[in-house]
Amino acid sequence: MAYDMSNAVIKTKNIRQSRVLRFALLSTIQKYWMFYIMMLPGMLLLLLNNYIPMFGILIAFKNINYTDGILGSPWVGLNNFEYLFKTSDAWIITRNTLLYNSFFIVLNLLFPLAFAIMLNEMKNRFLAKFHQTVMFLPYFLSMVVISYLVFGFLSDEHGYMNSTVLPALGMEPLQWYFTKEVWPYILPIVNTWKGMGYFMVIYMAAIIGIDDEYYEAATIDGASKWQQMISITIPLIMPVITIMTLLQIGRIFNADFGLFFQVPRESGVLFPVTNVIDTYVYRTFLTVGDIGLSSAAGLLQSVVGFSLVFFSNWIVRRLNRENALF
Amino acid sequence: MEAVADHLPSGSNPKNRLPLAAAMGIHVFFICYSLLCIIPLLLIMMVSFSNEEDVLREGYKFIPAHFDLTAYRFLFEDFNQIARSYGISMFVTVVGTLLSLIIMALFAYPISRNDFPHAKFFTFFVFFTMLFSGGLVPWYLVYVQMLGLKDTIVALILPLLISAFFVLIIRTFFQTTIPAAVLESAKIDGAGELRIFFQIVLPLSLPVLATVALFQTLTYWNDWFLSLVFISGDENVSIQYLMYKTMQNISYLANNSTAAAAINAAGGHVTFPSETVRMAMVTVGIGPIIFAYPFFQKYFIKGLTVGAVKG
Repeated sequence: MAYDMSNAVIKTKNIRQSRVLRFALLSTIQKYWMFYIMMLPGMLLLLLNNYIPMFGILIAFKNINYTDGILGSPWVGLNNFEYLFKTSDAWIITRNTLLYNSFFIVLNLLFPLAFAIMLNEMKNRFLAKFHQTVMFLPYFLSMVVISYLVFGFLSDEHGYMNSTVLPALGMEPLQWYFTKEVWPYILPIVNTWKGMGYFMVIYMAAIIGIDDEYYEAATIDGASKWQQMISITIPLIMPVITIMTLLQIGRIFNADFGLFFQVPRESGVLFPVTNVIDTYVYRTFLTVGDIGLSSAAGLLQSVVGFSLVFFSNWIVRRLNRENALF
Repeated sequence: MEAVADHLPSGSNPKNRLPLAAAMGIHVFFICYSLLCIIPLLLIMMVSFSNEEDVLREGYKFIPAHFDLTAYRFLFEDFNQIARSYGISMFVTVVGTLLSLIIMALFAYPISRNDFPHAKFFTFFVFFTMLFSGGLVPWYLVYVQMLGLKDTIVALILPLLISAFFVLIIRTFFQTTIPAAVLESAKIDGAGELRIFFQIVLPLSLPVLATVALFQTLTYWNDWFLSLVFISGDENVSIQYLMYKTMQNISYLANNSTAAAAINAAGGHVTFPSETVRMAMVTVGIGPIIFAYPFFQKYFIKGLTVGAVKG
């Protein structure tokens, strides 16, 4: 009896608590109802564009056929993944994505940083600004346009390289879009060229933020420009360098689709050196029509990418809480 | 923050200057690199002003042997396709940018308010989309199977309307720049949330809205991926997608133009100058970006240094 009593007390307590909670929720909604209406369009878009597709990762574990529909298609466990890893593509696209992106991270650090330090030494402010403006131009061009610019130089029949540069050097014309060996150089050059203005501005903003007194003191002590760069500039902008690099490491599994899709003009001969996860997913899905294989590759990319973002953010947090993404 | 290069460079002490030779070296270096940024564009433009036969014989040249506007004449004779593509690009860019600005600001305002108990939840709701994505396949199926938007202009606008990154940037701006006291006093005066948002918050946030608008304009204008995925007919071909299609298949223009049809009808004595016309089209396609970008990049730089985004 006593047991029942205490049970009943707890029950009414729970009911009262949940009532209080429900009341709090209701009063919040009543007070801020306009906020929910304001957020409604954004919520719907995020649901459509991001959250519903997240549930769609289940497709990777199914054998989709259009007669049964997505929900009705049979489950196949890890078959799609097994199949993916049996192809030689799995290895090639992972290798290409990781190698290119690592290479890009290094180049996007070294060159823009060096350029920023040099441009900062230019005392003519008008000229410095002019150069900065011009160097930002490639960043504003779409990848389709970039592919035309590259094509202008590399076209087999009429390109500037084959029609003017190589003959002038006494060399045979090269079938650029059929020569695998040159693309591991061309793609990083294009990528660095396109991103230069963007990264340089970020590093320049950091350099300008350095207090001039450091350099004054160093000059009095007789430090050379090189010594100032090594001992003042680079250490003081280290936080920015770290953040920029870690942000890119977090996205190392996501290739720049445009760069790898547009610039090599989908030349099949080049696939061994230009196919990355993103282009593979696109092609197996929309060109070949293999939903299982492409969604398996896509899911792997999402999951590994997700853990990499967490990992790199964890490092950023340890270095500097302020700069962590979350 | 002022544009980066406006700032006085470091080492204003005359003693701490580079030796003249090194300073000259830097000048020469940057002149060369700046040229490297322009030259590829110049090549394309010069080809568009060349004579088709010269190009076929001698390849792409920086200085055309004969200055020739035939390519542009063909391009404008075939005004329909270009004009249509331009119109679609413009429409998508203007409508997309305006809609996305309103939707993102409307979302950012509630989550910027510290007194709103659900702000944290909704911030996470938008932030999580930056961390995890379902990938291309389910995303495509939502738009094509669920919404049936294949081959529509809506499919070129909808997917880019909301970006978590910009929502968080706008939210941070609201939080840091708009004094809570102003909102408080407006509320005491009896203004509703919607009125506060439109009459107080938005006018005070023009800098961040302008920056986001520029980024979005560029994103929409330069987008070809959505067309590649969703557009298969010849109806809604944006200017970027038109350039892509012509790159894939040089005869796309020749096959789809009234000018070429007229040539064929006349017995085909004149050939369609595909090489130069295609470069002319790219030149026309780049046009707006070239004119807008000195203005753009100024605000871009401000935007890049606008401050940390935190979840």
